[in-house]
Order: sequence, then structure tokens, then C-alpha cells
Amino acid sequence: MADSKARSERPLSPHLQIYKPAMTMIMSIVHRITGSALYFGTLLLVAWLVSAATSASAFETVHGVMTSWFGKLVMLGFSWALLHHMLGGIRHFIWDTGRGYGAEQRSFLAHATLAGSIALTVLVWVIAFAVR
Amino acid sequence: MDTTQSMKTPLKRVRGLGSAKSGTDHFWKQRLTALAGVPLTIVMVAVAIALVGKDATAAKAVVSHPLVAIPVILFFVSTMIHMRIGMQVIIEDYVHEEGPKVLLLALNTFFSIAVGLAGIFAVLKLSFGA
Repeated sequence: MADSKARSERPLSPHLQIYKPAMTMIMSIVHRITGSALYFGTLLLVAWLVSAATSASAFETVHGVMTSWFGKLVMLGFSWALLHHMLGGIRHFIWDTGRGYGAEQRSFLAHATLAGSIALTVLVWVIAFAVR
Repeated sequence: MDTTQSMKTPLKRVRGLGSAKSGTDHFWKQRLTALAGVPLTIVMVAVAIALVGKDATAAKAVVSHPLVAIPVILFFVSTMIHMRIGMQVIIEDYVHEEGPKVLLLALNTFFSIAVGLAGIFAVLKLSFGA
């Protein structure tokens, strides 16, 4: 290992806070954040299913929490995170084919991911309220 | 490494080496489960919409239908692999101390499998149970 004092005196390479936030880097970290949120969000899905498989009263309890205003807010976030992560994944598939790496293309894909996820979330909730 | 003359080609010698001997396994599985995840996620959203406003009996009827139960189970199988690999990458990126890292990696595996199996069990019970 190199001497730690000597190491600390060397200049560091530019890090996150040096750069002006770009849409591409925001969408990169948002893909990871939505993935993490969905990781724990699976608990909501499982709680609903397990309660339905347990008893009518357990179902009523979970159903009540999820249809409260706070529950709906969480479900709104959950649905957006899911759809955003899905579109982000499709963006990664485009990159996996070797396409979409140009500066304009990267910017377009980043904006399209966000716009698409918001549009799809609105669509899902409009349908959900329409069929209710 | 043995530096004496060998009849093996360099490629033959390097095969089977490397830290984990799994190469691109995670990369490939993450893409495979992501690909499966796209149609399965669309089905899950559609099922969720179909469940809006349903009481316990009606919800059970929806989930236990084979055309719902089967994709929901497939979703859990694909997702538990995908979420485990995804969270493993995050842990390995941010947790560098060996003890906490190994502990979190173990918890990640337990959590992913527990969530997946709980979901699958619930769907099976709703389908076959009393």
C-alpha cells in the first residue's frame, strides 16, 4: 500500500460535484434509485398477495392502507418507479446493441425515458380511475 | 503460475482461471430477466388495474385465474433473480468493508428469495387453497 499521507496530498480526479448536472447522469442514478425503491416495493406487492391468501380481515387491513390517501401516494410512486425502470431498461437494451451513444441520442433517450414514464404513469392511473 | 514450456495454448491456459470463474454470468442473467420483465411488468400493471376496487372474493377470483396466476408467478421468478443481482451490484459499489459487505450480500440473497417465494406461495394458495 502506498503511503497514505502522500496519497492524500495528491489531487483527486474530478468527481460528481464538479460537473453541472446533465439529464443523462440524472437518469443514470434515477435508474438505480428506482431499482432500489422497487426492491423494497416488492414488499407491498407480497403484503397484498399474502393478505389475500390469509383471511378476509387481513385483506381488508392491507387493502385499507393501500387505498388511503397515503397508500395511493405510495402506489403512485411505485407505479412510476416501475414504469421508469422498465423504460430505463429498454434504453439499456438499445445501448447493448451498440446504438444510441451519440451525444444527441443520449440526451434524447434520457429525456424520452422521463417523459415516457410520466406519460405511462398518468395513462395507467387514468385507466385505473376510469374502470373503478 | 508455471512458467516452464507447455504444449497448452495461452487461451487454454487462461480458461477456468479468474476470481469467481463465472465471467459474464451476472451480466447475461440481468439482461435475460430484464427482457422477461418487460412483458411481465405490463401484465402486472394490467392485473393491478383489474384489481382496483375488488373485494377479497373478487380479487381471489382474478389472481387465481391461470392466465393471471402463471404470469404473476413468472414475474416473481424473474424479478427475484433480477433484484438480487441489481442490489448486489449496489452493495459492491458502495460497501467496501469486508464484514458488512458479506453480511449485506447474504441478507440480499435471503430477502430476494423470501420475497419471491412468499409471493409465489400466496398466488398458489389463492389458486389451489380453500
